[in-house]
Amino acid sequence: MSAFWSAWVSVITLAVILGCTWLLFATRKSEKHKETTEETLGHEFDGIEEYDNPLPKWWFQMFLGTVIFGLGYLALYPGLGNFQGLLGWSSHGQWEEEMAHAEEQYRPMFEQFAALSVEQLQNEETGLKMGQRMFANNCSLCHGSAGTGAYGFPNLTDSDWLYGGDPATIKATIANGRNGGMPAWGQVLGEDGVRDVTSYVLSLSGSAENLDSEAVARGQSQFQALCAACHGAEGKGTQALGAPNLTDNTWLYGGSFEQVAHSIRNGRAGVMPAHKDLLSDEKIHLIAAYVYSLSQQ
Amino acid sequence: MIKHETIEKNIGLMILLIIIVISGGGLAEIVPLFFQSSTTQPIEGLRTYSALELEGRDIYIKEGCHVCHTQMIRPFRAETERYGHYSTADEHVWEHPFLWGSKRTGPDLARVGGRYSDDWHKAHLNNPRDVVPESKMPSYPWLFKNKLTGQDTEAKMEALRKLGVPYTDEDVATAREAVAGKTEIDALVAYLQSLGKLHSVYTNKR
Repeated sequence: MSAFWSAWVSVITLAVILGCTWLLFATRKSEKHKETTEETLGHEFDGIEEYDNPLPKWWFQMFLGTVIFGLGYLALYPGLGNFQGLLGWSSHGQWEEEMAHAEEQYRPMFEQFAALSVEQLQNEETGLKMGQRMFANNCSLCHGSAGTGAYGFPNLTDSDWLYGGDPATIKATIANGRNGGMPAWGQVLGEDGVRDVTSYVLSLSGSAENLDSEAVARGQSQFQALCAACHGAEGKGTQALGAPNLTDNTWLYGGSFEQVAHSIRNGRAGVMPAHKDLLSDEKIHLIAAYVYSLSQQ
Repeated sequence: MIKHETIEKNIGLMILLIIIVISGGGLAEIVPLFFQSSTTQPIEGLRTYSALELEGRDIYIKEGCHVCHTQMIRPFRAETERYGHYSTADEHVWEHPFLWGSKRTGPDLARVGGRYSDDWHKAHLNNPRDVVPESKMPSYPWLFKNKLTGQDTEAKMEALRKLGVPYTDEDVATAREAVAGKTEIDALVAYLQSLGKLHSVYTNKR
């Protein structure tokens, strides 16, 4: 703040406080009326009159108290332009202190757990609890507060992994995120083709009844030509590509005929956001340990 | 010495005196901010909202999101741990009107950009309970049906330009085209994904 604005703020602030003090004393009237009187202000409305009494003493003193508080506050805290106050307090200074205090308190815990592997952390109750809290704050909006997922957002408790469930892969998924890339096949296959391939895909997991066997056969050859590259010739999926296993009757986007057909027709592009710019390595480590624990029970 | 009675019986004088008393606070607390570089100069590398994000911002206002969500992270550890670096004035110099809000029924959104996928935002806005069973946020299914024409986008940009937002002639010329035919949900999600992503000065690692 420039010297001019600093002076501007200081002068107005002090002038207002002094003005209030002056007003308080100028209207005090205690010379004239030491005690309450029967004298009125001389007006009368519907028989209601107003006494001309001085401000009660406790009231006057409380006004005075606010003036003293105000001056004390301005001396201790920043308020008068560039004057930082005798305490040297600032909001970001307070934040830095809080952060330094927390760092001192929690750093040893994070370091202790960072030295352990995800497998070793399975026996550390405190570490898992910390991971669970951070999961609740950062991950639960998509994966659910119990990690059971939602439509379009994977269940983390069922040992069925899109990209792999070993500790290193879980950590990579959290840190770097994932971009699902199932292309849309509606244009290529046509509507009949989509329904054929859907029939074949559903036959893999035996999850649908009354499938047209001819459609399944037609769908199989289309599947081998178009889908096997990612989902594998047997439809068991490829974790390196995040292509799901289609034979296990676990469905991210629903397993009804129409839902599977929709996935094939329009493609899917599920996104897991990268967290390496949001969370420190130690935190990602603990969250990974918690996520790992979800499917170990 | 002016008597109590004189002031009470002259409403004009009373108004004048009230204005003098009240203006003390405004002159000391508000006026200097108009002249501080920390409140008038944009943070380094700040970009403007794209046409679609700008329309999304208006939908955010129209649906009253700011009534339950703040965009103001205060300098407390409890907040910066959850939301990222605390908000600063220079991030908001091109916000007209600013959407800091004053009440948090839902979480702060100042740095929500990039935290969730577009699909999540869409599922969540369609029916929050589909992804967050505990949520009490209302559903906004009409956002998926309502289409934008973009007919006002240029005028909005022109107006913001008059307020000092540095939209280029090209921005204004292509605004309508960029928005027309998009649904309200596209615009709103684009806006939400831009929050906290308009500059990269602060690291939000925590």
